[in-house]
Amino acid sequence: MIAETGLAALWLAAVLAGLQLVLAWLTVSRGDQNAARLVRPVALAQGALTALAFALLIALFLRSDMSVVLVAANSHSMKPFIYKFAGAWGNHEGSMLLWVTVMSAAGMAIALFERGLDKATHYATLGSQAAISLGFYAFLLFSSNPFARLDPPAADGQGLNPLLQDPGLAFHPPTLYFGYVGLSVAFSFAVGALLTRKVDASFARAMRPWVLIAWIFLTVGITAGSYWAYYELGWGGWWFWDPTENASLMPWLAATALFHSVSVLAARDALRAWTIMLSVVAFAMSMVGTFLVRSGILTSVHAFAVDPTRGGFLLALLGFYIGGALLLFALRIGTVNEGRRFDPVSRETMLVLNNLLLSVILGLVLVGTLYPLLTEMMGVKVSVGPPYFNMIIGPFTLLLMALLVIGPLARWRRDDLKGLLRKIIPAVALAVVVLVAVKVVAGSQIGILPLLGLTAAAGVAIASVMPLVGRNLRRTPLFTWGMVIAHLGCAVSLAGMASDTAFTTEKLVAVRPGAKVDVAGWQVEFRGVLPIAGPNWTAMEATMAVSKGGGAPTIMRPQARFFSNPPTPTTESAQLTAWNGQLYLVLGDELEDGRWQLRLWWKPFVTFIWAGGGLIALGGLLALVGRLGRGWIRGRARARNAPGDEVLA
Amino acid sequence: MAVVVPPARKGLKSKHQRLILILLAVGAMIAAALLAMSALKDQAAYFYTPSEAVAAKVEPGRAIRLGGMVVAGSLKREADGVTVRFLLTDGKAQVPATYSGITPDLFREGSGAIGEGSFDASGTFRATEILAKHDERYMPREMEGISYDAKTHKVEKTAR
Repeated sequence: MIAETGLAALWLAAVLAGLQLVLAWLTVSRGDQNAARLVRPVALAQGALTALAFALLIALFLRSDMSVVLVAANSHSMKPFIYKFAGAWGNHEGSMLLWVTVMSAAGMAIALFERGLDKATHYATLGSQAAISLGFYAFLLFSSNPFARLDPPAADGQGLNPLLQDPGLAFHPPTLYFGYVGLSVAFSFAVGALLTRKVDASFARAMRPWVLIAWIFLTVGITAGSYWAYYELGWGGWWFWDPTENASLMPWLAATALFHSVSVLAARDALRAWTIMLSVVAFAMSMVGTFLVRSGILTSVHAFAVDPTRGGFLLALLGFYIGGALLLFALRIGTVNEGRRFDPVSRETMLVLNNLLLSVILGLVLVGTLYPLLTEMMGVKVSVGPPYFNMIIGPFTLLLMALLVIGPLARWRRDDLKGLLRKIIPAVALAVVVLVAVKVVAGSQIGILPLLGLTAAAGVAIASVMPLVGRNLRRTPLFTWGMVIAHLGCAVSLAGMASDTAFTTEKLVAVRPGAKVDVAGWQVEFRGVLPIAGPNWTAMEATMAVSKGGGAPTIMRPQARFFSNPPTPTTESAQLTAWNGQLYLVLGDELEDGRWQLRLWWKPFVTFIWAGGGLIALGGLLALVGRLGRGWIRGRARARNAPGDEVLA
Repeated sequence: MAVVVPPARKGLKSKHQRLILILLAVGAMIAAALLAMSALKDQAAYFYTPSEAVAAKVEPGRAIRLGGMVVAGSLKREADGVTVRFLLTDGKAQVPATYSGITPDLFREGSGAIGEGSFDASGTFRATEILAKHDERYMPREMEGISYDAKTHKVEKTAR
């Protein structure tokens, strides 16, 4: 019954989404007041129904109901509770259900909380959101039904990929989906504003919090995903330029560009067309990401060809929505009045350059990600990996960082170049000191990109706090703090990346228990290996006593695990975090002569990478709270001045 | 819907500004595309099977991916305990390869593997990374539908 109720809820939600679209259309095009009154309740009901469907799917996983295809294929009765729970979205159908759940929750939020938007645009936005949802309901119901029954039921399930049986999985995909879907809100706003021709500063102020929310979730999701890959895969790397990683990076780049440009629109009423365009691009990247991950095309274009319904469906949705939005853009953009002008030396110009650089980086990542797929269709197998991405993204990232030194210090509309250059003297000075110092200390050991990375990080670290200089800190608005902290986070993260790339020490040995290995000043004593067992795995666990400079040893326990359902070996690395880096140990295979392979890394300041990511997200959060607070105060003032019903002009 | 209203005329300068912004954006995009293409030409690692690599005479030092089956009986471990030597075959040619590191769990004789790395001057493929079957379900994408007979060293591509 649970599965059937879930399916019914989904169908009903899909019908309501259709209704929401029609009602919104009547409201916007005819000014139909009766329709207008119904749009919001319908949006709320739709959100409640998908939430119900999602809750029911989780219930099925928790009960290990093996008469449901999805549960039988992806779960196992012996699986720990948390992974039964998280397993509900650790698969194709479940994750798409999560997608529509988040999407209709966003619709609910727009219906409930959006107050700043022009009324007509608000309805148009809800209509656009319904139109997108409708496509994904169709996708879910016709090609990815999560509630399909299995007859006869399976004796037990096939289990969840052990790599995914990690606390990281429970939160990583939902976080990214909140981000992806949050960008659909920006997209709907843009479509709504194009329909009603009201692209202006107040529109931007209304859209900005939504973009920020999506961006914060993406930032957290990418940071968490990077750390998950770092400790779970046991390769010691934190970014592999894997297509699935790029799939989350591209929307983030677009969203970063978008909320910078939406800030220009909000503050100065400039960059109207560009902001609308970016909203479309950002959601397009979300859909490209979903398509890449969900279509099976990454395993092989042939895997995609074997089951073309899903990938084809997603591709059709992508083409339909993005194509439609671009068409609307082409038709309407001539009627969007130009924004205000600005001088070549101004904050606006800096933000335009920021947007250009981010767009270029986005384009380069996109090309690198899609290129192997294109060549494979023509019969040539190619992989595009770190050599391409590092060589080409690295320099542009450095340019972006250089811009970050000067950009936030420029004044809106007009600034004088000399004064501006004078303001960046401290940052440039420190950057030069760092450049020289690192070069002297590291010599030829350090590559040019990490060297410049550390230099830029030093410059940005100083420059990012410069906007606070000479201000009363207690009266500095929260969103200024947000900007400062996020930019500081960029410096911290970049420093971590550069430091890890340049100074990591790696050691690969095969030793018998009792042996001592030195790595970068750490003494690692290999005490031995014992078999242990977990709920659904067995493992060989090493005991390593780690100390530095004769201090008290810390015990680290890397494992080589073997999961039974499905039968898969995994590596569980062990990390010891110090203030200046991480010691990272991996246990390898046992050799015939009783030696064990060990891989040891000392990674200086590697934790800065994720700490920086956390700071960036925190900055976004502060900016969001600051803006919402100010918007709320403004809204209250407006409500006092002009009390009125929700009547359309 | 309402009739499309032509935009109000503004000063020439603001028209210019919009044009400059558009040109900048288009120029940046074109430059990025050209850059990407040239970088892809140099940096994309092509996938070869052993016979293809031999026929193409891949120059030493160039990053490629070499994929084939680990020849039965060829997998040897060096005295240091962490370096392995093996032969990769596609049924037509065999290529010697080495790798230092912890090999993937399903890297074994008679099984498919892809090495990322380059040839050295002596014609040995030095892998910096080994991709093998990840778990019972997942195969590296290039190795899909290929099987190997350990006795005859015959490699077959199963038709899709």
